[in-house]
Amino acid sequence: MERQSEGLEELVGRASRRGGELVRAWYADLTQAAEDGRGAAYVFVMGSLNELLLTFDLPVVFPEVNSLQTAVRRVAHEYLERAEDYGYSPDICGYVKADVAVQLDRGKHPMGRIPKPSIAVLTNACNTYIKWAEIWERLHHIPVVTVDVPGTREGVTKGRADAGFAEDLRYVTAQLHELIATCEALTGKRFDVDRLRQTLSYADRMGRAYRRALELNRRTPAPFNALTDGTVYLGVANALRGTEAGAVYFEELVEELEHKTTYGIGALGDESYRLAFVGVPCYPIFRRFTEMFSEQGGAYVGSSYLWFASGGLNRDFEHDLSRPIESLAEGLLLGVRDAMDSMFHHDRLLESMIDLYQLDGIVYHPIKSCRTVSTGLADGRRALSERRDVPSLFVESDMMDRRVVSEAQMKNRIDAFFEGLAARRKRRGASMAEEVAR
Amino acid sequence: MGVFDEADDWRERTLEDVLLHCRDLVEDPTFPTVARFRETGGKVLGHFQVYFPEEIAHAAGMLPVKLRGAPLDPDHAESRFGSYLCSIVKTTLELPLAGHLKLDLFVSHPICDAARNLAAIFSRNFAHPSQILYLPQNANSSHTVTYLRAEYARLQADVEAVAERALTHEDLRASIAVFDENRRLLRELYALKRERPWVVAAEDAYALVALAGMLPREEHNELLRWVLPRLAARGGKAEDRVRVVFEGGFCEQPPFDLVRVIGRACYVVDDDWLIGLRYLTDDVGRTDDPLHALAEAYIERSSYSPVQHDLRKPKEEMLLARVRGADAGAVILAAAKMCEPGLEEQVAYAQSLEAAGVPFLVTELEENMTSFSGIELQLETFVENLLFA
Repeated sequence: MERQSEGLEELVGRASRRGGELVRAWYADLTQAAEDGRGAAYVFVMGSLNELLLTFDLPVVFPEVNSLQTAVRRVAHEYLERAEDYGYSPDICGYVKADVAVQLDRGKHPMGRIPKPSIAVLTNACNTYIKWAEIWERLHHIPVVTVDVPGTREGVTKGRADAGFAEDLRYVTAQLHELIATCEALTGKRFDVDRLRQTLSYADRMGRAYRRALELNRRTPAPFNALTDGTVYLGVANALRGTEAGAVYFEELVEELEHKTTYGIGALGDESYRLAFVGVPCYPIFRRFTEMFSEQGGAYVGSSYLWFASGGLNRDFEHDLSRPIESLAEGLLLGVRDAMDSMFHHDRLLESMIDLYQLDGIVYHPIKSCRTVSTGLADGRRALSERRDVPSLFVESDMMDRRVVSEAQMKNRIDAFFEGLAARRKRRGASMAEEVAR
Repeated sequence: MGVFDEADDWRERTLEDVLLHCRDLVEDPTFPTVARFRETGGKVLGHFQVYFPEEIAHAAGMLPVKLRGAPLDPDHAESRFGSYLCSIVKTTLELPLAGHLKLDLFVSHPICDAARNLAAIFSRNFAHPSQILYLPQNANSSHTVTYLRAEYARLQADVEAVAERALTHEDLRASIAVFDENRRLLRELYALKRERPWVVAAEDAYALVALAGMLPREEHNELLRWVLPRLAARGGKAEDRVRVVFEGGFCEQPPFDLVRVIGRACYVVDDDWLIGLRYLTDDVGRTDDPLHALAEAYIERSSYSPVQHDLRKPKEEMLLARVRGADAGAVILAAAKMCEPGLEEQVAYAQSLEAAGVPFLVTELEENMTSFSGIELQLETFVENLLFA
């Protein structure tokens, strides 16, 4: 028992520590690449194609992650101002503007130095990806490859049963073949299909563990905070997708979470209310934002962020390594389509979470920077509230721009939300007592 | 009897009266032409900005209606959206919520992050089908036209289901012929704007184009065939006004009064107002495979906008070509408030105009703005600087 406790002590918190180390090491590698003058592949979290780009030994840069880092390190405003001085409007995506500042200042970044792009590879999961890549095209005169992934036409995806799936898959596969030819021309390296098999198998191991981690958070108490811990997991999931280190990280994470559930250790000491988060977090005051919930016993057990920003890892899919390119295309199509659905039809997906995760409440956080995620939140909330009786909070701010984050106002709204949750619980308790008495 | 005019005697009126009627129709947020079309038992397909292959709906006997927002307050729609959004998505939802427009099918496109949400929002609010037409966002793949042809075939099947009518190739060819004529007439209108801008006021040209999105296209053709020669026959000569290109009206539209204000201050010799209705720049033509022809025209023979990325069409170069093609001396570079693609493009446009030495005025617009004194003053100063430079 004593040995078990010792092991447990070491295990708890390991993923957070290790996640930080891995992300720092990843940035150190990028800094080295910048210093060596090596050009990078710039990609995005929704459909990064990391598995393919790694086979060409291209350093892979996630500008969204870079921008996020400026916000959590509380320097985003400096970057936003730089881009606004250059001409960009205060009303566009803050991630784009922080990256513009990074590009204008030759890769200067709080985590090190970001190499210049030699190619940009993007999907249409977010339209701003396309506009963003056009900026690099103009600044750096690099090839921009948009892998167009047709989304669900009506309602939510039925996976391979979607009408026209075969034609869409042919389209995505053809584009991947064209991307491979572009990468060969750019790097002078021949495409190595066996290396792709290897990176895909690592991504599959990562995906299996990722899904298990999400599943474990259905337990009470939930072993991880979907907002804070979840953001660390997403960082590793994206940066190290297709690598052995990434696969091992998530397998070890599952080991930690299994231990926590076995011993009843929750992410929050006092888990009074189980919450789901919809949108993108408030990074300019990330810690405080989370505390405003945790201080009142609100535990984030799930989030739409863990779906759409996971690059499809949330979806039960494994690659067929006997036909790796076609299978990569299929995974991309299913994953990006699923990510889009989880943003546009969040109400349907949340509805399935309510019972699975025993939700007490839902927090909607639309932001100025991201219209992909935010446009439909109010209407989805309205529609869900007509179908299910779950309290919700709607609080607007931003993921980058502290000028639109009002902490005091936010706190008032959050406090009122918890008062409502408490009153509701009390009412329910009273009516149950009455029922028993009868 | 058509839906353009209730009395159906418009051909007997003066040109000025007909143009006034056109402007009234376009400004009317209750879409009376669409309502009249429905009264005849017709079905309506509403398609959001920018481009939509209207021929497919037309061939099935439906009225394709261009959803371009409206100058009204989104009283019902406001609660369905957050704060940081352009106006057009709100007023587009407001139209059916307020009962101004009744649709049988709604189609949105992945033109921007806000618009892609509209199909889901419509599906939560209305019983009729709502979907996204996935126009390709990789215009440069060798497989793109094949994909788009398949996507149009899928759309055709959905349109047939709503219209309760199967389409033949010949139906599509006939519709393409109607739309080819419409494209030719609209090109004629724009040639007039470029060559003799004093004979057609900016707001009249705007209204004539906008009506394409709310009339059966045969009627629109008839209207243009009647109006264009009468405009061309107008006399007068060029005044000492700056010839400008207006860029920034590809999605959310400038309010009519803003078009008037600009038209009073300068000659708008080219623009991207309602560019989706003029997106195909040439005839589609009569072919064995009409869907393939439509797909190919979209990829190979089309205009440009901030929401289509095509390596062969760098947008700033396309804008410069538009300026040169219209022999314009300046550009009004607008963007709708909160419009991510428009505001982002504005930076590149401004830089390229600066480099090319083309004077430009940067401004923001909103479809339901009501005060124009600020922009009027901006414009006057801009124009005076150019005229007396």
